[in-house]
Amino acid sequence: MFLEVENLTSGYGGSTVLTGVNLSLDKGAALAVLGRNGVGKSTLVMTLAGLVRPLSGSIRCDGTELAGKRPDQIARSGVGLVPQGRRLWKTLSVQEHLELSALRRRPSSSSRPRWTLDRVFTAFPRLAERRRHLGAQLSGGEQQMVAIARALLTNPDLVILDEPSDGLAPAVVDRIGEVLRELRVEGVAVLLIEQDLHLAFAVCDDVAVMAKGQVVHSCATADFRRDPETAHRLLGVA
Amino acid sequence: MSAWFDANLVSILNGAAIGCLLFILAIGLSLVFGMMDVLNLAHGAIFLGGAYVGWKVGGAAPTWASFLLALGVAVLLGLVAGGVLSAMTEPLRNRSHLDQALLTLGIALVVAELLSMAFGNDVRGVNAPPGLDGSVSVFGNAYPTYRLMLIGVGAVLAAGMWLLVSRTMIGAVIRGTVADREMISAIGIDNRKVKLAVFAAGSALAAVAGVLGGPIYGARPGLDATVLILALVVVVIGGLGSVRGALVGALIIGQIESLGRALFADAASFVLFGALAIVLVLRPQGLFAGATR
Repeated sequence: MFLEVENLTSGYGGSTVLTGVNLSLDKGAALAVLGRNGVGKSTLVMTLAGLVRPLSGSIRCDGTELAGKRPDQIARSGVGLVPQGRRLWKTLSVQEHLELSALRRRPSSSSRPRWTLDRVFTAFPRLAERRRHLGAQLSGGEQQMVAIARALLTNPDLVILDEPSDGLAPAVVDRIGEVLRELRVEGVAVLLIEQDLHLAFAVCDDVAVMAKGQVVHSCATADFRRDPETAHRLLGVA
Repeated sequence: MSAWFDANLVSILNGAAIGCLLFILAIGLSLVFGMMDVLNLAHGAIFLGGAYVGWKVGGAAPTWASFLLALGVAVLLGLVAGGVLSAMTEPLRNRSHLDQALLTLGIALVVAELLSMAFGNDVRGVNAPPGLDGSVSVFGNAYPTYRLMLIGVGAVLAAGMWLLVSRTMIGAVIRGTVADREMISAIGIDNRKVKLAVFAAGSALAAVAGVLGGPIYGARPGLDATVLILALVVVVIGGLGSVRGALVGALIIGQIESLGRALFADAASFVLFGALAIVLVLRPQGLFAGATR
């Protein structure tokens, strides 16, 4: 297994949000983490990225223990983060976002072409046109492209995305789905936290559903789609 | 108008000189507070340390060599002091401003007491270096050459800082850290190193300001608290973590301290905090909050 999370507990200011999360991910695999609002999906993302300190449990990535490490160490171990709400630096231009993200870029693994600014502009031509604009002047879709490009430019082995489709037009969501599928082909693992089942189903071959701070159901995406009753019970959607 | 200008020209120039000095002092305070959310009340003590370095190393009547040596020593001491302060405040990273204020105020008091024990309670006046210790005629008014030079140094430093912060990758790291430091760490940059570097550089600038301010204020006990309060007001007025805000705030406070006191002599001690109160009511986040450039 490339990523193995065991009995991970975590929370903010004395309250426990994650009460023992278990999940695993193969190299180049994609897992969708689903669940209603408030079940701890974003806390899971923040804990995996090191922005919230885990209380107990382990996060092993490519054989390295990441639990308890600083966020910059985790990023340099090959974990790229696309956070909820995109969180661009509002006083930096698109170009500066990209150059900054490439600053501590890891040497790419032998099998993969490394991410460069040119490659980002090929994947997202729109960003080339907007390179002089500040983060705050971009549309939601453009902001999301910058947020994804920022994670990719660190040359990650695992990309964690927290609701990338939030508030975006379907065409933009489709483009994001294409990029994520291309990443998988290169062997990059994808952990996708989503409300939008469309995107989750299009990208991921496995599904994990969270409730009350734990993963309560995991299965193959295909099985999940064939069983709308379970989906409805777990997510409150058809 | 021209009579008014003639009568107040010296006050205006004094205000500009004080403003430039305050900018050099306040920029470090503003960036550390804006970037790392660390309130450093020991900043004034570093300024005073720099002023004593100017007197001790440069001498009461410095030559150019001893004046420049004093600046060099001040830079080194400032870098070290900033590094130590950065390390000492690190455990309080996620604690309240009150905790940070107590720690750094405690450090400031200890440093002030040590300086007083080492250098006594007399005012240690320092001359400007040769060539700058005279005065020149500005629109018919005799004005100290050194203060004019201070305005020039301030302008050069402000331009340099602006270029550094707005045009370089170092500046992009600084602006990104002010905007969202968690995301800076999420692309693999260690926040602690950024904080250490900015703390050290800002403290070095504060110590340099101390040496440069020596010929104006003289090194004396209590100067640390005076300049700390001025620098805090500059930061509040200009907005946190912004070079432009620190510059504009410093120039405004410089004029208030000089021209304001000259025009409203009766209310001299109220002018500064009156201006602060007005800004806090109208724009509590400061004039340039979050602009960074």
